[in-house]
Amino acid sequence: MADRPLPPPETAINWFKSMTLIRRFEERAGEQYTRAKVGGFLHLAIGEEATIVGAVAALRPTDYMIATYRSHGQALARGSEPGRVMAELFGRVDGLCRGRGGSMHMFDLERRFMGGFGIVGGNLPLAAGFGLSSDYLGNDDATLCQFGDGASNQGTFGETLNLAALWSLPVVFMVTNNQFGMGTSLERHSAQTDLQVKGEGFGVPGLECDGMDVIDTWAVTEEALRIAREERQPVLVEALNYRFRGHSIADPEDYRSAEEVLEWSKRDPLLTFGDRLIAEGVINEQQREAIDLEAIATVDEAVAFADASPEPEPSSLYDDVYVLSDEVRGWYSADHRGAGLQKGEELC
Amino acid sequence: MAEMRYREALNEALTEELERDPNVYLMGQDISVFGGAFKVTEGLMDRFGEKRIRDTPISENTIVGIGVGSAMTGLRPVIELMTINFSLLALDQIINHAAHVRYMFGGQVSVPLVVRMPQGAGHQLGPTHSHSFEALYLHVPGLLVAVPSTAADAKGLLKTAIRDDNPVIFIEHETLYGQRGEVPDDPDFTVPFGLAAIRRAGSDVTIIGISRMAQTAECAAEQLAAEHGIEAEVIDPRTLRPLDLDTILESVAKTNRCVIVEEGWPHGGVGANLAALIGEQGFDDLDAPVGRVTGVDAPMPYAKNLEQISFPHEQQVIEATLALFGDRKRALRG
Repeated sequence: MADRPLPPPETAINWFKSMTLIRRFEERAGEQYTRAKVGGFLHLAIGEEATIVGAVAALRPTDYMIATYRSHGQALARGSEPGRVMAELFGRVDGLCRGRGGSMHMFDLERRFMGGFGIVGGNLPLAAGFGLSSDYLGNDDATLCQFGDGASNQGTFGETLNLAALWSLPVVFMVTNNQFGMGTSLERHSAQTDLQVKGEGFGVPGLECDGMDVIDTWAVTEEALRIAREERQPVLVEALNYRFRGHSIADPEDYRSAEEVLEWSKRDPLLTFGDRLIAEGVINEQQREAIDLEAIATVDEAVAFADASPEPEPSSLYDDVYVLSDEVRGWYSADHRGAGLQKGEELC
Repeated sequence: MAEMRYREALNEALTEELERDPNVYLMGQDISVFGGAFKVTEGLMDRFGEKRIRDTPISENTIVGIGVGSAMTGLRPVIELMTINFSLLALDQIINHAAHVRYMFGGQVSVPLVVRMPQGAGHQLGPTHSHSFEALYLHVPGLLVAVPSTAADAKGLLKTAIRDDNPVIFIEHETLYGQRGEVPDDPDFTVPFGLAAIRRAGSDVTIIGISRMAQTAECAAEQLAAEHGIEAEVIDPRTLRPLDLDTILESVAKTNRCVIVEEGWPHGGVGANLAALIGEQGFDDLDAPVGRVTGVDAPMPYAKNLEQISFPHEQQVIEATLALFGDRKRALRG
């Protein structure tokens, strides 16, 4: 854990704050789910905070970040307002996606957080598309694509890594190996369990980081981004971590033992990083407590904001299905329940 | 006007749009060095280079996904899938991603993407290479669907598709590539989406033909006039989303009868959808049930004789039309 030196105190404290916010946000989201404020599926990132914050810390503001259905943490780490993330979970109009996406589909274009995606492996080709845009437009933006160990078995994994290498796209693929594809353990779903080597046959070299250690994750991701950006060589990074909660809230976790969870919990990234900051004199116990209280207060505000936000107007149901054009004649939709019947020339 | 083949008209549209907008690029299997499986992109690599005319591996789902990602971030990709049959491998990216990204992210991004691909039977390619899937894509909100049946429409609709900010499924037809037609010379010539073409005026019956079937319908209409004294109005919707329902309903209000001709399967087909819309919105104008002529409800067989009876020809259109004039029993005995 102490292999790599701490970053400057201000940076270290910011990372710790970001990790703390994600932890408290996720706990509260889970609680709101049990109170039926949040619908659908809810996938929490508790235990994965170091992987998220370390990876995001390595990005420039203009770099693209894309993730999975477990993506509240990525939005928060990228700087999305917690209230708008919570409002999206609540299905409210002030949600990041105006209540259209929900937990699995967060998106914040302004911060180049290019989405949570509900289809396992569906986000990999899109990441290569962002990389292609950067390459085509001749800028030095890079893309970081996070996906789970389960997604490394999808066809899009091999297809995308091959194309990214073939076209020298500036993309870092980060497989967050939290040991389970939903409830199926790594050794039961992947013949190759050393995931960092899974890209080699496609021309994508692998690196590994301790996804429970924010500094290691940051350092390895930064090196991977440098290779992608400067050498135009896509890289696969395996971040080893562990989620402390079930796959989703509805997961009874029969597939793993309490002892295993307990063993991993000793490596809780928030706890260990906080302990180290204290041990090395960056903060003291009171400051740790204050950071925690501040995160809780932020989450309280987020819940209040989400609660106060109205539900989307029923009349907005058809908004943004299409970009309407005044050049277009005829009917976009034959569904007469739609306000204005979606007729281009009448709406524009 | 210049006479050119359907494939040449498409090539001209691509050339003009590549010239007009530096962010337009092409991507697909064998489109660059090889010039395209149907030679639509011939010569484009020499003119625009490999950066803009990109050969891809055989990875349909990922090719479309890369298109979606690049369209979300400023480019205007035009993807060629070798045929529509292979688009089934890309359904996740087409439906879950291309069609839904804008909506599910609350309108923060758009996906100005064109997926070009040919469809259709007639080359004895059997069950996996002869599909007609306009009905499948018509089903999906978020997608636009164009089905050009002439060289002029191929050019004009493709230019509109590339300029549109929505994902467009652009369905060409394998048997039309070599066909010649008059195409306007004007480099600003486009065909708007959602504007049907009336191929033949008539007052007795409306025949709507989809994709290649617009031509089959037109031929059938000439025979109906010559042999049966029935004047059919033939409509080619040209785009199925957006749909020029007004032109169809106006025609049906005049003729009081309607037949829909498509190459695809009957269940949940384009004709089923149009018949429902006409029934809902034009019921009082109808003197007979809306007739449908479709491909048979089976996979496409290889044997030439079986293949030929598996998709509509003029004779089936004529029989279905006559049936609307009280001659149904004779038509069914056929």
